Amino acid sequence: MSLIFAAAADVPFVPPLILIDIFLLSILVVVAVAIVRMRSLFGVVMLQGVYSLVSAAWFVTLDAVDVAFTEAAVGAGVSTVLMLSAMLLADRKSTPVPMRRQFGALAVVVLAGAAMLYAVGDMPAFGDVNSPANAYVGMDFMAKTAEEIKIPNVVTAVLGSYRGYDTFGEVVVIFSAGLGVLLLLGLNGNSGGWVARPNGQMLNDHSAPSAALSDSNVAEDPQAEDAQ
Amino acid sequence: MPDIFSHFNYVVVIVLMMTGLYTVFASRNLIKKLAGLSVFQTSVFLLYITIGKVTGGQPPILIKDKSYGVDDEGQALLDGVVQVAAGKDSYIIGGPGTDILYSNPLPHVLILTAIVVGVATLSIGLALTVRIREVYETIEEDEIEAADFVYNLEGTAD
Repeated sequence: MSLIFAAAADVPFVPPLILIDIFLLSILVVVAVAIVRMRSLFGVVMLQGVYSLVSAAWFVTLDAVDVAFTEAAVGAGVSTVLMLSAMLLADRKSTPVPMRRQFGALAVVVLAGAAMLYAVGDMPAFGDVNSPANAYVGMDFMAKTAEEIKIPNVVTAVLGSYRGYDTFGEVVVIFSAGLGVLLLLGLNGNSGGWVARPNGQMLNDHSAPSAALSDSNVAEDPQAEDAQ
Repeated sequence: MPDIFSHFNYVVVIVLMMTGLYTVFASRNLIKKLAGLSVFQTSVFLLYITIGKVTGGQPPILIKDKSYGVDDEGQALLDGVVQVAAGKDSYIIGGPGTDILYSNPLPHVLILTAIVVGVATLSIGLALTVRIREVYETIEEDEIEAADFVYNLEGTAD
């Protein structure tokens, strides 16, 4: 299969593509760093939407038009709406993390990143036609779709037919997720009057964990512990 | 030119991935953690799509070989254009002699599935966050752990 593309492989590298590439990737890096540093949850959620949208733009330059479509609609649209509504129900600000608690995370991330950078040398060059990922099954789909599925969009053909079970599994996952959200939140709030009994003890307004954080009880608890 | 940038995308994508992973590890706020997870996930999509790109290629949507490739009798006007009988229409598939090159569709398909599954998991995580907020009145991990300790909800102490 690699021989087939040998003739077309020496297409000159297009400089504008590289420029768009660098431009969009730098925006992505800036947005990702801003997400790490930002404390306002509204800002974090909106920047996450921006990140999805910019990556959708990048997908267009990488010929993945279907993915760009889905990422813009689902990643930048639905995800952002979901996170905004959850943020409205939860909190507006995140508390800053003390520096000493960031070192562990930083060490893990630097180690994992170094391991992955070490492996980068073995990856195929960007845009390589003859790389193993591009030479075999993907190009078989390209060659056979016109004959077997008879539609021009190969991504749709593979999604719906060649890998149809995969898509079915995806639908099962979405159904399970919807079921899970329903079970967690309910259609009607806590209309059944369900009460949690951790360790067999009944929690009332004063003994619930949330009560400890309200103004009246916070002052009492440390004193009670000191007395013991 | 190609040598300098041949692995540029991978390096930047790894940096982005690690930024998302760092947000997941370091932040104590559950919503921010989920935003970081989202960034991590999107960066993995970037990695896959980068691999599927073919230099000089075009989106994997077959071009109809009707208006300019063949005449009305189905006779090829261009030398070497591969024609495939597909009902009434025929499409140009990439091959020897064609100047058409398509990018690899397989990573696109995998990532399409992953995007939708990602939203499903995100919604579960957000529902858990909202439920935790209802009980604990906070979504900061430190305060949740403190409340668990004070009320012995983990059942470890006597």
